[in-house]
Amino acid sequence: MSDLIVLGIESSCDETSAAVVKNGRVVMSNVISSQVDLHQKFGGVVPEIASRKHVELIMPVINQSLEEAGVNMHEIDVVGVTYGPGLVGALLVGLSAAKGLAFALNKPLVGVHHIEGHIAANYLEHPDLEPPFICLVASGGHSHIVYVESYNRFEIMGQTRDDAAGEAFDKIARAIGLGYPGGPLVDKAACQGNCEAIPFPRVRFGEGSMDFSFSGLKTAVLNYLHNMEQKGEKVNIEDVAASFQQAVVDVLVENTLKAAKLKDVKKIALAGGVAANSLLRNQLKSRAEKLNFGVFYPRPILCTDNAAMIACAAFYEYQNGSRAGLELNAVPGLKLGEK
Amino acid sequence: MIEIRTDSVEETVDIGTKLGSLLEKGDIICLSGNLGTGKTAFTNGIAAALGIEGYITSPTFTIVNEYKGRLPLYHFDVYRIADPEEMFEIGFEEYTDGNGVVVIEWPEQIQDILPAERIWVEIKKDLAAGVDTRIITIEFKGKKYSEYEKHWKG
Repeated sequence: MSDLIVLGIESSCDETSAAVVKNGRVVMSNVISSQVDLHQKFGGVVPEIASRKHVELIMPVINQSLEEAGVNMHEIDVVGVTYGPGLVGALLVGLSAAKGLAFALNKPLVGVHHIEGHIAANYLEHPDLEPPFICLVASGGHSHIVYVESYNRFEIMGQTRDDAAGEAFDKIARAIGLGYPGGPLVDKAACQGNCEAIPFPRVRFGEGSMDFSFSGLKTAVLNYLHNMEQKGEKVNIEDVAASFQQAVVDVLVENTLKAAKLKDVKKIALAGGVAANSLLRNQLKSRAEKLNFGVFYPRPILCTDNAAMIACAAFYEYQNGSRAGLELNAVPGLKLGEK
Repeated sequence: MIEIRTDSVEETVDIGTKLGSLLEKGDIICLSGNLGTGKTAFTNGIAAALGIEGYITSPTFTIVNEYKGRLPLYHFDVYRIADPEEMFEIGFEEYTDGNGVVVIEWPEQIQDILPAERIWVEIKKDLAAGVDTRIITIEFKGKKYSEYEKHWKG
């Protein structure tokens, strides 16, 4: 079998990213706008609001991904692109570039769901991992428990009813003055704190539900901070961070294990930015392994929004016969499993 | 201006529903209030009145979430917007001139580009009265919206 080379493009939120992936599993390049120095591409002038300047970043990022992979445009077999969910204006930039390339090169175009991409990041990290498994996708914008039945079939088993897990981290970091991005900063502060110091609530929706709610937890932390201030007592930031983080991780792990037992799978995977959280990784690993589940997660760079994961997901969609026409549109509210 | 006191999240949602039932396409609701006061809960109420099914999740990370209902709902959280210019890049005008209702959390961030006619909702905690107590003030600015105020007071 000859190699199948996929160019992946991702621009659903803040990051502009392009990557080249061989046979769905080998990352040849993975260029992410915030991670690389693109200054010289702008002739030394960096726009103040570069994070949203997908239009200016997209071609330099694509070119760099081809250069780093050592392939030219004509060696690309398939163009894979995120078409939802996300910001419509941001999605359209990557999508238009992908359509233009697919048309000019006369290569097939494959549309990818952003969350499907996050799940696929695990295939890049673990070459032997195959479905079925349960995947917890937790990031700034998403908190989903997904049953990955096959490379192309997904079932959402639980999701947040208000704030996403990553967002809860950001908001708490903001409230206790740790700054942005909140995830790594709370994680770091929590290492110095006592996770049992403050009994923050764990929201559960009964036996049958694997849904999450983090809004009440956020309010509980804010009320705690206010009460301490009223009493004139000093707040131990590390204890707040540790107790909050424990409350989030407890429900994430419990619901994920519940889903894994229900579907009787052998493997559990983590994906999305929150998958980089050290407590989540450790607790899921220790609790799941006691129950004989294998636990998988990608390295941090593959947990953030990146195009390698999109190229990987596109590979499996392509193998399954998926082809998008040039009329493919951005779908900001795209649901997982919808085509 | 209308001022209401609510003592639970559910009551805050209900006030959102009452406001939502008055809304028409092109309406703009600015939702001001600190972290954890119930802005997203209030938006859930508006969404229910617009016939939107499912949960309204926070758009903090995504900047805007879109929902289909009797009228589409465009739910913005502009906390991460550093410069109002950025709003034009994400097509803000297309939303405000569109076919749906626009709800904007943290509207102070983009004060300069907000239309003069708008509904301004402010949610404040009243901790002396209780941890779940909120004071909600609704200001109807402009001719169109002052009609809503009359309906509200009915």
